[in-house]
Amino acid sequence: MRNNPSRRSVLAGLAAGGTALSLAGPLAALTTSQARDLIDQVVADINSVINSRRSEAQMFADFERIFTRYADVQIIARSALGVAARQASAAQMRAFTDAFRGYISRKYGKRFREFIGGKLEVNDARPVKSFYEVKTTAYLRGESPFDVTFLVSDKSGRNLFFNLYIEGVNMLATERTEIGAMLDRRRGDLDALIRDLKTAG
Amino acid sequence: MTVAQSLGFPPGQPYIDTRMSEKSSSLARSYFTPSLRLAAVAALALLAGCAATDPTSEFTDPYEASNRQVHRFNKSVDRSVLRPTSQTYGTVLPAPVRRGVSNFADNLALPGMVVNNLLQARPGEALQNSGRFLFNSTIGLGGVLDPADSIRLYEREADFGGTLHVWGVREGAYVELPLLGPSTERDVVGKIVDFALDPLGRALPAGERGVKTGASYVKLLGDRYEYADTIDSILYDSADSYAQARALYLQNRRYELGGDDAQPDYDRPDYSDPYEDPYAQ
Repeated sequence: MRNNPSRRSVLAGLAAGGTALSLAGPLAALTTSQARDLIDQVVADINSVINSRRSEAQMFADFERIFTRYADVQIIARSALGVAARQASAAQMRAFTDAFRGYISRKYGKRFREFIGGKLEVNDARPVKSFYEVKTTAYLRGESPFDVTFLVSDKSGRNLFFNLYIEGVNMLATERTEIGAMLDRRRGDLDALIRDLKTAG
Repeated sequence: MTVAQSLGFPPGQPYIDTRMSEKSSSLARSYFTPSLRLAAVAALALLAGCAATDPTSEFTDPYEASNRQVHRFNKSVDRSVLRPTSQTYGTVLPAPVRRGVSNFADNLALPGMVVNNLLQARPGEALQNSGRFLFNSTIGLGGVLDPADSIRLYEREADFGGTLHVWGVREGAYVELPLLGPSTERDVVGKIVDFALDPLGRALPAGERGVKTGASYVKLLGDRYEYADTIDSILYDSADSYAQARALYLQNRRYELGGDDAQPDYDRPDYSDPYEDPYAQ
């Protein structure tokens, strides 16, 4: 794996937590290789989790850490909530984002748990529109390999992934459908949704 | 030298030549027997009735009300029969046996895929699937083992629904079929034609044909067991399992049909850049 200094400082900043990051100063514009490096790191972390033989609960906690560290959970949560995000108060958005982080980690953690004994490999990265697409391949036992694609952006001020596609299935679009249905079921009551989201997934 | 190379596969190359041979195209022609022609006529009649797809919307679902009824039926069948049976199957038989059955069924599906590879004018994929079929049927002990995977001779999935897509037929409306699950009008036609086509079934005597069909049903049980967590979470944990199944099926199917350069379609309305999304700001 390449080790360019900017990535190392970004990761060091991430590892040290959000406050350390703000001290790192403004980042240079994201490049294809930085996008690739970020996903190299994500994939390395996912691979180590799926081969760690830890319990389900421990794995979910690991996946939540991966999401918190490498994903723009704030934009994913906001986008999944859709139109309802406009009416939500700042406090509701904070609570929703927190609940959503746990929910998405459990839900996608379950998918990634099916990768146990397998591995992800990063193939290539390219710029698309205003973001970067990083393609990886999942090699699972007894299955033809398939694509897992990550989309990376620096628009949050940090290099983070904001969407992923497993065999073409778009996480953002799928979650917008699901969160929308959950909200409808609760007659648009966002607080009820937040409460239930804490155990869903 | 690896086994693959000794069979003429260049190292690191999943497959070989891309020219369509005379032999394989005449093979494809020989399947156009009277019963197939009948199926083709029926299929065309069905296609003519396909609802037009609005390219600016995520999907067309004019049959949503009846689809939802079918979905409820499918869920009840899953809950009362498929899921419990698959749990027993998965618990009683050890993983290597289940894997063997699944490999066996997959292998028998390859000749049908080869025909579709050819109909899609993808001779390289046809050759890859043929190589895989020959390799696994012999060295893989009748397809129970899958040594082809270890030499990167992977399956190149193809069905008649995909062939129709290559021929320019539109997706049509979303349909949930009883027992068979999510589909589209185009894929329903595809399923009918694939059933009529069945090149291997035609070549086999009745008894062996039954084994082929049986293996594919048992494989279904194995899949239901293997992916139980994911399937359960879609069917029983999501707020609207019908909408989830529809979204997952359509996205995955469209992606799969993209072929070799399959990539998410960033211009489709189901994708939007959340940083530019009006809801997100």
